[in-house]
Amino acid sequence: MSLALTDTDRPYLPRGVRMVEDRLRGGKVLLAPEKAIALDMIGEAILSRVDGNAEFGAIIADLATTYDAPEEQISKDVQRFMIGLRARMFLGVHS
Amino acid sequence: MSVPSPIAMLAELTHRCPLACPYCSNPSELLGRDSELDTETWIDVFQQAAELGVLQLHLSGGEPASRTDIVELMQGAHDAGLYTNLITSGIGLTPRRLDALEAAGMDHIQLSLQGTNAELADWIGGYRGGFDRKMKVATEIRDRGIPLTLNAVMHRHNLDDLERTIELAVEMGARRLEVACVQFHGWATTNRNHLLPTREQTIEAKRVVAEAEQRLRGTLAFDFVPPDYYADFPKSCMGGWGSAGLNVTPNGTVLPCHAAESIPHLTFESVQDRRLAEIWFDSPAFNAYRGTDWLPNPCQSCDRKEIDFGGCRCQALAISGDASAPDPVCGKSPNHGLITKILEQAAKPTDTPMLWRGAVQ
Repeated sequence: MSLALTDTDRPYLPRGVRMVEDRLRGGKVLLAPEKAIALDMIGEAILSRVDGNAEFGAIIADLATTYDAPEEQISKDVQRFMIGLRARMFLGVHS
Repeated sequence: MSVPSPIAMLAELTHRCPLACPYCSNPSELLGRDSELDTETWIDVFQQAAELGVLQLHLSGGEPASRTDIVELMQGAHDAGLYTNLITSGIGLTPRRLDALEAAGMDHIQLSLQGTNAELADWIGGYRGGFDRKMKVATEIRDRGIPLTLNAVMHRHNLDDLERTIELAVEMGARRLEVACVQFHGWATTNRNHLLPTREQTIEAKRVVAEAEQRLRGTLAFDFVPPDYYADFPKSCMGGWGSAGLNVTPNGTVLPCHAAESIPHLTFESVQDRRLAEIWFDSPAFNAYRGTDWLPNPCQSCDRKEIDFGGCRCQALAISGDASAPDPVCGKSPNHGLITKILEQAAKPTDTPMLWRGAVQ
């Protein structure tokens, strides 16, 4: 199945997955079942906009404005990031 | 060399367990209830772990639900800010206890699977009725929406049921399936001639997992631990000795991996005597095989040395008699012929009966 998100899909972190502050190492880390993923600034910027309400298209638009970058490029990067998380079952989607 | 802080800690709360799997990862010398750390000490260890940088805590055993204080321990781990994972056979997890564990902040359950039907599973687990009880617990877990990983321990006697195992994981609502082929340490080594899969089973298992992984994308994530005697390269044990994880045994002994006590010349320290951080950073046992400076040849000149760190120390010792030798699973190891011999031996019928893990009070 294709795990790509459409513009109106609303991604969310499912139960058992959360982004927290890594007190010792600094920065944010995504905690999931038996996995901890250190997030870079981009990953953090994406996931801080994922709340189950915001639509994929709106998240892209927001990131493009905030970072003054072309939507097309942002969309490609975010899509890749989210597909990776969905394949590991670390991201859910309301459609 | 700067030593990183650990990410994950495996807390073996007890060696007690209603099951008696012949591949149990507990050591052959099992500890009884009398030597187990008390509630307060464990919770202190969880806090020390969080301060040391541990993010993920695996509450395991034995069967962790054999501890009457499992809910208190879960709460203590949660309060320390750790991500909590209960590694269980499901036996002893009543609906009431599941509710209490959920309320105490349990993040995730890893449920073990011995087989896909009662006859096989109860024979392997050495516990009649275990399979049916496990299936009931799985339903309770699914109904509560608790994130679930099914950990299917695979070997010669159940690897042919892999397709059904995958179906079962989907039916249980698991998000993740670990197809964990038995690792040959301790009890499993004793039973190696019964448990080693055949080469055909190994090839078929890889095909089935690869196919299912594609088909079930977005439904079930897979982690596959293939039978490593058939591999070309050794596993990177623990991601490198003393690098990402640590293990605390029921009496508080701190180990770089669960089988490390099989290396007799190393002395392992206890949280009863020393702070966890001191043991992690300063103890000779943790520094013995840390990094790559200690690596022998051909590892030292190998372009995979930062990938597998010479493989598994316990396996190097168990098979080649030298814990600092290259893991003999590696095709480049001078002792690789010993692996070939083991595979040949295991392909022949064996006279020795299978030995189930002993009980412990």
